[in-house]
Amino acid sequence: MLQRLPLALAAIALPLALRQAFLVAPAEQKMGVVQRIFYFHVPSAMMAFLGVGLCAVLSALYLWRRDRRLDVAAEAAAELGVLFCTIVLITGPLWARPVWGVYWTGEVRLTSTLILWLLFVGYLLLRGQAGADRDATARFAAIVAIVGALDVPIIYKSVEWWRGLHPKVLKVSGGGGLDPAMGRSLLVCSLAFLLLFAALFLERLRLGRLALEVSALEDRAARIEEGGGAHA
Amino acid sequence: MSGAGATRETGAVHDAAAARDPRTARGIGMLRGALAVAGKDLRAELRSPAQAASLFVFALLVVVVFHFAFDLTAAEFTTLGPGILWAAILFTGVLALDRGFRVEREGGRLDGLRLAPMAPSALYFGKVVSVCTVMAAVELVLVPLAAVLFNQPFGGWMARLAPILLLNTIGFAAVGCLFACITTQTRHGDLLLPVLLFPASVPIALAAVRATGHVLAGRPLDRFAHWIALSGAYDLIFLAAAVLLFDHALDD
Repeated sequence: MLQRLPLALAAIALPLALRQAFLVAPAEQKMGVVQRIFYFHVPSAMMAFLGVGLCAVLSALYLWRRDRRLDVAAEAAAELGVLFCTIVLITGPLWARPVWGVYWTGEVRLTSTLILWLLFVGYLLLRGQAGADRDATARFAAIVAIVGALDVPIIYKSVEWWRGLHPKVLKVSGGGGLDPAMGRSLLVCSLAFLLLFAALFLERLRLGRLALEVSALEDRAARIEEGGGAHA
Repeated sequence: MSGAGATRETGAVHDAAAARDPRTARGIGMLRGALAVAGKDLRAELRSPAQAASLFVFALLVVVVFHFAFDLTAAEFTTLGPGILWAAILFTGVLALDRGFRVEREGGRLDGLRLAPMAPSALYFGKVVSVCTVMAAVELVLVPLAAVLFNQPFGGWMARLAPILLLNTIGFAAVGCLFACITTQTRHGDLLLPVLLFPASVPIALAAVRATGHVLAGRPLDRFAHWIALSGAYDLIFLAAAVLLFDHALDD
């Protein structure tokens, strides 16, 4: 029951977040209503980083302790990281088109988010394509997650320098000059997304553990069947 | 043919095992182990020149395809050439990595290597050395051929390119050997290796292309020293990470 608590809280918080983003937060002076996507874009980006970071930490712990439950948790975190990263990559261009006039630019955060997404989509593909050996899959995936997470700051720096040679035409929004009312709305939305993340994570974890139990039971059934065949 | 290859490999494993110092029960040191692994890989390459040659032809082919696709003039080579050159090097690198590890999966040769009395990191460093050597050999042929193809004068820029080629090749092989060891143990590993390796190698690709561009334009070192520093940092970070992680990439 307690495990379902974040799900219930998220169900309450998300409508509140919608209200904050669309009704409470003041309209932005220049960008107008388009700017409101910011209240979902930024929290999604936070959750994407949370998912990826959590996945890397759980992967390192898995390599150390070799507990399959840690591997299940790492997989759940990676899936959520990719999910929220996908939301970032969809809401970003939707916002950029009316404001910057283009869907896509070589802007550093945009580009490094795309590369991060590619890295962890690769991680999920690896999990899907690995062989029947569950422990080997877990070890391989953990290595890729750790290397990927180590790579993120280096990718960011290299993309930043890559763009740094060109004059900055587009000014990046967000950060410092945020109106207090906007800041409050962002906080509400971020907390709502955090609850959503926690709810999805726990549900996915439950599913993963059930899958673990099923495969353990299947292994046992196969052994019993083999034994029975030998007796007959 | 594969049977002959297996005999050769087994012989090489015996070489590595025979290099064991009888006075120390712990086995041979990291450096000697790595050199033994790299040595057997490179001997295997030299014994099958037809296979090694396909890497060179492939690298040249990539450059030729770009040459036709963009119809470049000599002046444009300064801006687009670095990208073309590194696309060819990194594509060829993926093939070299996949081959270098796939050969160990066949006939359980990796198990043989693991029985050799040396640390897993020796196997890793040996693979990095052999892959880097193969890639360096390709680069040694590719750069002058590209210069001819794009009407560039031969000169000092080639020597100045050498440290850039070396640092970025090491970085690519550092992550590449770790990932190739993983992907060759999965079902569709040949496709999975580039899918995992190219996003992870973005810093190497960017640093290599930018630094090469500065060299081709004849600019002084202080204009692109930060790119060389980035490549060097990448090499150190991922060589260190791979030493810690490589053991987990092998069979338990």
